[in-house]
Amino acid sequence: MSGSIQDTFFEECEELLEATDEGLSAIEGGDHDPEVVNAVFRAVHSIKGGAGAFGLDELVAFAHRFETVFDEVRANRMELDEPLIQLLLRSCDHLYSLVAVARDGGETDQAHHNMLIEALDKYIPEEEEDLTFEPMGLGGPMDIGAIDIPQVATEEKYQIRFHPLKDMYSTGNEPIFLFQALKDMGELTVSLDDTELPGFDSIDTEESYLAWDLVLTTTEPRSSVEAVFEFVEGLCELSIEGDGDAEADAQALAALEAAFGAAPAAEPSPPPVAEPTAMVEETPAAPFEEPAPAPAPEAVPETSGKKASAPKAETAKSEQRGPKPTLRVDLERVDRLINAVGELIINHSMLAQQIANLDVADVRDVETELEGFKNLARDIQEGVMSIRAQPVKPLFQRMARIVREASSATEKTCKLVTEGENTEVDKTVIERLADPLTHILRNAVDHGIEKPEDRIAAGKSKIGEIRLTASHRSGSVCIEVKDDGAGVNRPRVKQIAIEKGLIPENAELTDSEIDNLLFAPGFSTAKEVSNLSGRGVGMDVVKNAVTGLGGRINITSTPGKGSTFTIILPLTLAVMDGMVVSVADQTMVVPITSIVETMRGNDDMINNLGADGTLLSIRGSFVPICDVAGALGLRKEDNDQPPGVYLLVETETGQRSALAVDDIHDQRQVVIKSLDGVCGEIAGVAAATILGDGKIAMILDPESILAAAPSAAAFDTERRMSNAS
Amino acid sequence: MKTKVLAIDDSRTIRNLLAATLEEAGFEYVSAVDGREGVDMYDDVAPDVVITDINMPNLDGFGVIEELRGTDINSKVPILVLTTESAPEMKARARNAGATGWITKPFDDASLIFALKRVTGAAA
Repeated sequence: MSGSIQDTFFEECEELLEATDEGLSAIEGGDHDPEVVNAVFRAVHSIKGGAGAFGLDELVAFAHRFETVFDEVRANRMELDEPLIQLLLRSCDHLYSLVAVARDGGETDQAHHNMLIEALDKYIPEEEEDLTFEPMGLGGPMDIGAIDIPQVATEEKYQIRFHPLKDMYSTGNEPIFLFQALKDMGELTVSLDDTELPGFDSIDTEESYLAWDLVLTTTEPRSSVEAVFEFVEGLCELSIEGDGDAEADAQALAALEAAFGAAPAAEPSPPPVAEPTAMVEETPAAPFEEPAPAPAPEAVPETSGKKASAPKAETAKSEQRGPKPTLRVDLERVDRLINAVGELIINHSMLAQQIANLDVADVRDVETELEGFKNLARDIQEGVMSIRAQPVKPLFQRMARIVREASSATEKTCKLVTEGENTEVDKTVIERLADPLTHILRNAVDHGIEKPEDRIAAGKSKIGEIRLTASHRSGSVCIEVKDDGAGVNRPRVKQIAIEKGLIPENAELTDSEIDNLLFAPGFSTAKEVSNLSGRGVGMDVVKNAVTGLGGRINITSTPGKGSTFTIILPLTLAVMDGMVVSVADQTMVVPITSIVETMRGNDDMINNLGADGTLLSIRGSFVPICDVAGALGLRKEDNDQPPGVYLLVETETGQRSALAVDDIHDQRQVVIKSLDGVCGEIAGVAAATILGDGKIAMILDPESILAAAPSAAAFDTERRMSNAS
Repeated sequence: MKTKVLAIDDSRTIRNLLAATLEEAGFEYVSAVDGREGVDMYDDVAPDVVITDINMPNLDGFGVIEELRGTDINSKVPILVLTTESAPEMKARARNAGATGWITKPFDDASLIFALKRVTGAAA
């Protein structure tokens, strides 16, 4: 039970942290609206509250500091200047890590933690520095028993005198319930003292005349007995005297009596009721001098009015306030639904094929209905897919943090500007995009944005700007990271590529080709591994992550002006448009997104190059041919028959190749079925699908086919040949 | 008859915790996500005791107490404040508005039940 509540807490934390982040960003942008400030305060406050419930002390302590500082801001006692905003933003980032550590385990960066605490403490006024955060003296019998085991055994008799003041009755406290709580602790005798009760004609109905004398015999410690009266402290005259109380107690009483004169023994703090100069704290008598209105019969009509309005409020509730109502659903259920819809679409294809094969004269009506069925199935599919779609906003917020961290690590000043935060993308895509985006942004800060002095020298603003945009573009999602830094240092990139043997020394590359060398495996421009972007992985990892999502990435750059990384992703991972082809008598699917052009080949177009290379001549340029059947090992070399159709594909580096297949059958949407768990990774195969006839077809991954195929001519070969032509 | 608790708290975590603790202890549990909703629900729910947070959107805990106590017939229903705040002036303010008692987060189950017992006499 508590496990699932803790899950709820972490889920809620995510939301609260996002709200904090969002609020702080708005504040950073100059929006000092009290509502924004309040929202941040409440969010951090809730994190603290929840964390306390699970004993996450480190998180509680930090959130408490944050909250205390922010409370000063909220109360307009402190100005929100730039250094404070930055500190709060970094503290918010740290809250993220503390939550992550609490949830996933691991170590907190203590140095960073202490540094932030120290920085926050500077803003905390002295009198509020008491940061102990414990439940107040509410200790019920149980927890005290746990601490004070030896005392539990000894029985004690308490004489209790309890005289409520009239104010007690307006706070909802009932003497009888207090007596019941006492009775639960042991043996209790109650006797009423009504001697103060005046005659019937002089009675004041709002006055409190009754008092009680109680005798309690219990094994509970004195503190438990006192705890019963905690809520009515100051609202009653109370004395608790233990008969055989320890001598220490007697000493304490003597000391108190000395200090307070004739004050009741067990009431150390409250001074006499009518003392007007009494401090507000712990002397609720003072604030209660204006008693809340006592029950009066005339008040009833007001109540019935309120009652009448209540049912209306119930229904109007949802539209009145707050965000649109939402429903939390287990992701697994959504995925089951998506899967089922996928099957439905496959089922439709099979049905359509069966009907087409039927030897019936009048199939047209059936086909019309079937078309309607198909459209409905598509609608359902889109609807279900949209359940998985989420705005990229939380991801972008995380990225703002990455940029802040990266900036401080590299001593550069950068800001992240985000656009299109509400663009919705499949949840999995968002999750798997986090790492590549992090890498690109770190890279942009580390290598893209210049040092402040260099920027000023170049006539740019001191603060580097990185723009992160998301948008929908014809059925796919486009994520762009654009910096206004120095751009790609092309001579240097080329030199490195030559040094690392990625390109031949005399290679002539276009600017775009040089830029895209950044994605080549084994390429890393950092002279030494910096503590930031260079963590032993290059941009090729980013590219792999993006292609793994069925997307592509490329870079454009203008020297002195900056670089732009563009990531194009499919809207969903569950279906894709594919071209159905046959390869060595097998039906396979090639993703449409990677196909630039298809053509039927003839012998004139094929040029042999060396022993095992062939090139396809298209409109005056040459592209290497890759025989898919050969690359997949489906056809023996000696049994080579020239394939009929070529699919021109473009890889992420802009390199083109022609995939040779036997024939093209169809172009259709296919449901992607993962091969994970069915078989291991097969080079050249991305996944599988089920076709209309119920057969399984492999979905090919052109990129990895080309990488696997020995016949796919190397980068430089293509270059040389097209230069030669 | 089970003792009916109306818990008003904007934190889902706290609401879930309360639900678990209270239902296990035999209370009937109803919750509201902020002060406004809590006050709106109050008449329909007709709770035996109210537990309210202080820092909440729309209507804070003080507002809840004031509104509920504003109607005299309700003044007998105990209102327990459940919050991380422990400043004496906050306590005084809540009590001045008519709060019955104060429980500081994080609460432990025993203390919570004990407090509820004290203000409602619940057998649970």
